[in-house]
Amino acid sequence: MQDLFFYLFAFLTLLCAFLVVANPFSRDPVTSAMFLVLTIVSMAGLFVLLHAFFLAAVQILVYAGAVMVLFLFVIMLLDLKEEQRRRFNGFGVVTGVISIAAIAAIFVKAIFESPAPGGDATPTLEGATKPLGRMLFNDYVLPFEILSVLLLVAMVGVILLSKKDLK
Amino acid sequence: MTVGLEHYLVVSALLFCLGLLGVIARRNLLVIYMSLELMLNAANLALAAFSRFNGHLDGQVMVFFITTVAAAEVAVGLALIVALYRKRQTAHVEDLTTMKL
Repeated sequence: MQDLFFYLFAFLTLLCAFLVVANPFSRDPVTSAMFLVLTIVSMAGLFVLLHAFFLAAVQILVYAGAVMVLFLFVIMLLDLKEEQRRRFNGFGVVTGVISIAAIAAIFVKAIFESPAPGGDATPTLEGATKPLGRMLFNDYVLPFEILSVLLLVAMVGVILLSKKDLK
Repeated sequence: MTVGLEHYLVVSALLFCLGLLGVIARRNLLVIYMSLELMLNAANLALAAFSRFNGHLDGQVMVFFITTVAAAEVAVGLALIVALYRKRQTAHVEDLTTMKL
């Protein structure tokens, strides 16, 4: 049953990711953003299958909620027309696809060649929220605090960048 | 065949490659940015899978940090895109070649 769900969510994730990148029917950024939301939701399903329940919730709240709303706001703000199919760069696309297929082949081969304890390793961890929070606030306090400074810096930077007259 | 670590890693690798393809092949700044998000999410998936199959929670903490950094990065990047659009009235990478010789 779990395997069935894995294949379902993996298929949905990859399909929607492909439609974000190369949708044959529409080149509208809004369509891409909507498929990105679907990708993220099905990835949250994969996180649930990995017993990372808190991460699944964060994925939905932060990505599908906050980040995508930000994306859609900017798309509406910029009032983008449909991306025109001007001077289709065939050479670039073909070489890009070939090189990325090569990279994918290297990745997959490396994964299957590596002497990982993979296939028969029994999943042991129950990724409950409580140990995660305990770990975050005991072993990882310093990175956590640095991250808060990073968020402050990002906020100040964004306010500065979006002022009308950049001096 | 039960689903193991490799399955998740293959999905993650394919997702990463799709994101890379988007960065290379698309010409719209916002779509390129969304593809970058895809690549970050692929890394997250790989880390969560490692964390599950190795019995450590460190991977999940790392995913947590990456998500936060990605949110900050999106805010700054979109502000940059909006500032650029104000100056040039375009979000098409082929129109933004001032530094090209």
